[in-house]
Amino acid sequence: MDAREDILTAIRDHGPAPRELSRVPDFHRDGGDLADLFTAALARLDGQAIPPPAAGLRQWLAATFPDATRICSAVPEVTGTITPDQFPDWAAPADVDVTVVRTPLGVAETGSILLTEKELGVNTIAVLAQHLVVLLDPADIVADVHLAYRHPSFRQAAYAVLLSGPSGSADIGGVTVHPAQGVTTLTAVLAPAPLQAPAPDRHPDERSTP
Amino acid sequence: MKPVDQVRNSLGFLEDPTHEHAFDTLIWGLRERRDAAAREVPEWEDLRTLASRIKEHTLSHLADYLEQFEQRATANGARVHWARDAHEHNQIVYDILAAHGAKTLVKSKSMLTEECEMRPFMERRGITVTETDLGERIQQLDHQPPSHIVGPAFQKTTKDIAEEFHRVYGSDPDRADAVYLAHVMREHTRPLILAADAGMTGANFAVAETGAVVTVTNEGNADLSGNVPTLRICSVGIEKVIPGLAELAVFVRLLTRSATGERITQYTSHFAGPRVGAEMHVVLVDNGRSQRLADERFWPSLKCIRCAACMNTCPVYRRSGGLSYGATYMGPIGLITMPSADVRRYRELPFSSTINGSCSNVCPVQIDIHEQIYAWREVMDDTGGFSATKKAAMKLAGALLSHPGAFRAAAEAGGTALRVLPHFAVYNRLNAWGRHRDVPEAPKETFHQWYARNRGKDGHDGRS
Repeated sequence: MDAREDILTAIRDHGPAPRELSRVPDFHRDGGDLADLFTAALARLDGQAIPPPAAGLRQWLAATFPDATRICSAVPEVTGTITPDQFPDWAAPADVDVTVVRTPLGVAETGSILLTEKELGVNTIAVLAQHLVVLLDPADIVADVHLAYRHPSFRQAAYAVLLSGPSGSADIGGVTVHPAQGVTTLTAVLAPAPLQAPAPDRHPDERSTP
Repeated sequence: MKPVDQVRNSLGFLEDPTHEHAFDTLIWGLRERRDAAAREVPEWEDLRTLASRIKEHTLSHLADYLEQFEQRATANGARVHWARDAHEHNQIVYDILAAHGAKTLVKSKSMLTEECEMRPFMERRGITVTETDLGERIQQLDHQPPSHIVGPAFQKTTKDIAEEFHRVYGSDPDRADAVYLAHVMREHTRPLILAADAGMTGANFAVAETGAVVTVTNEGNADLSGNVPTLRICSVGIEKVIPGLAELAVFVRLLTRSATGERITQYTSHFAGPRVGAEMHVVLVDNGRSQRLADERFWPSLKCIRCAACMNTCPVYRRSGGLSYGATYMGPIGLITMPSADVRRYRELPFSSTINGSCSNVCPVQIDIHEQIYAWREVMDDTGGFSATKKAAMKLAGALLSHPGAFRAAAEAGGTALRVLPHFAVYNRLNAWGRHRDVPEAPKETFHQWYARNRGKDGHDGRS
C-alpha cells in the first residue's frame, strides 16, 4: 500500500468517534469608528495609518522618503520609477525603496490589510521593498477577522497575505525590532478609491451566456 | 538511546543566574501579555471552546478533510505528497530538490522539519539549508535546536547573540543591541534568500475548503522563502488541516493572542497555489500522528496549534530552559507528545511538571494537558518506567497523605529537623529540591498547630 492509502486507512480505522462541527457564530458587536479602530490596531505593531495627504500623494512620498530613488507603484494614483510587470524575476524588487499598492480590505480588529497577486503582480514587492505604502479606502474596512475571511480573495488567490505591520522580530531578548527580513515601515493611507468608470450599458440581449 | 534526564540537563542552564532570571522574566512576560489580550476579547472563552470543538470534529473526520485539502490544492496547481514518517518526508523533499538540481534551500521556521531532523539529512546530501527566521537562524549557527517553539533562541541573552554573531559574522561583539543584531542578520541572510534555488515553509494551518497552507510569522521570511524562488515546498503535519475559512478566523484570533499577547502577527500568509511558471509542493506528514489519533487517552494532544502558552505559564519550563527537555516539543505540550514518539527515551518527561493545571487553563484549544501528564505517569508506572527510589517516595507520600495524624506528625518533625539538623544532613543526596536552591526556613509552628492555638477546639476565635 502506498503512503497515502496507509495514512488514510489508519486514520479511518482507528480515529476517534465522529464529533459534530460547531458553527462559528456571529461575534460582531458595534465598537466605534472602523477607521479609528484600524488606525489604533495597526499602531500596536508599529504600522501607521494616515489620512490622505493634503498636498497629494506624490508630494507626501517625496517628503517622507527623500532618499528614495526606486519607487515601485502598482496603483494608478502614483507614478513611480518602475511597475511590477517590469521586474525580470521575483528577487529583483530587492532594490526597491518604496512600494505603493492598494488593498481591497482592511481589518479594524487587527489593523491588517489584505494583499494578493491581483494587487501586487509580483508578490515580493510587498516584502522586499524597504518601505510599503498601502492605499486603503475606509469603506473597505471590516470590523473583525471573521468578516475579513468572507472576502472572495481568500477563495480565489494563489497567494494572499494579511499584513498587520512592518516586518519585525522579538527573537532577541523578547524586544520587537524592525525590520527583520521584510519591510522597515508600513503606512496605510486612508484614501478612497478613485471612482471606477461605469461599465457601458448594454442591451440585455448582448449579455454573454454562461 | 538513553532516556532524557531533564533535571540533569537543566543544571548547566541554572548554574548561570543571569540566564535563569532573564529567561523566566521574558517567558512570564509573554504569559502576562497573553492574559491581557484574552481579557480584551469578551468572547474569549467561547472562542476557546469553539476552537476545541472544531479541532475535535476535524480530527474525527481527518481522512475526509485531508482528501478535500488534497483535491483543492491539486486543483490550485500544487502537487501533494504523503509521508508516513520522518525519513519518507526527508526523502520526498530531497527528491523534489534533486529533480530541479536545487542545491540551496531557504526555509521559514517549521517544528515539523525539526521533528524530522530534515536539516542534517539534506546537508549530508549536499543541500545547503538556511533558516530565515531570526531565532531559528541563531540556533542553527550555534548548532542547537530551538529552545522554545515560538522564540527558538529565547534562552540566549542579547550579549550571547552579540558574541555569537561576532564569532560567525565578525560583527561588533560589544554591541548587545537587538536592532543592530537583527540588521546584521538581515544583511547576511537576504542575499541567501535572493539567490536560493528553492524555498520552504511549514504550516500553522491547512484549509481543506481552499487548499491553502497558512503560515503565521512576524518577519516576512515565510513570504520571502515561499515567493522568491520558483520552487516552493510546504511541509504540513496531517493534524494541521481545518475545515474552512470560517474556522480559520477562530484560530487566527486565538493563536497570536495566546502566544505573545498581540492580536495578530505581522504576516498571516495563505499559499494556495504556485504562480505562473513556478511549482508548489505540499508534503502531508504522519510521523506517528495516526498512531496517536488511535489512542483514546492521548489523541486530544493533536489539537495543539503550537502557541506555546502552556510553556510560558509552566514554572518548570521557565526555570529550566527549553533545551533541557532534549526534545523537539518542550514544556507541558512536549511532556504529553514526546512519549508518544519514543516512550523509553522520554519516560522521565511527564515528571517535569507540578501538575498545577495552569497549562490547561491557558491552552487555546482546551487540551487537558495536566490530566494527560498525570495519565502518562500512570503509563510509565504500568510499563516499569518508575525508578525504585521514585516508587518508594510515592509509597511513603501516599501513606502519609492518607493518614492525617501521621501527616501532622511528619510535618512537625520535619520542621523541627530543618531547624536543628546540620547543613550536610539537610542537603543530602535524597534532597533533590535542595541541590540547587536553599531550603526555605521552617516556620516555628505548622498551620495545624497555629489553628489549634488560636481557634481552640470548638473552632471559634478565642479572642472576644
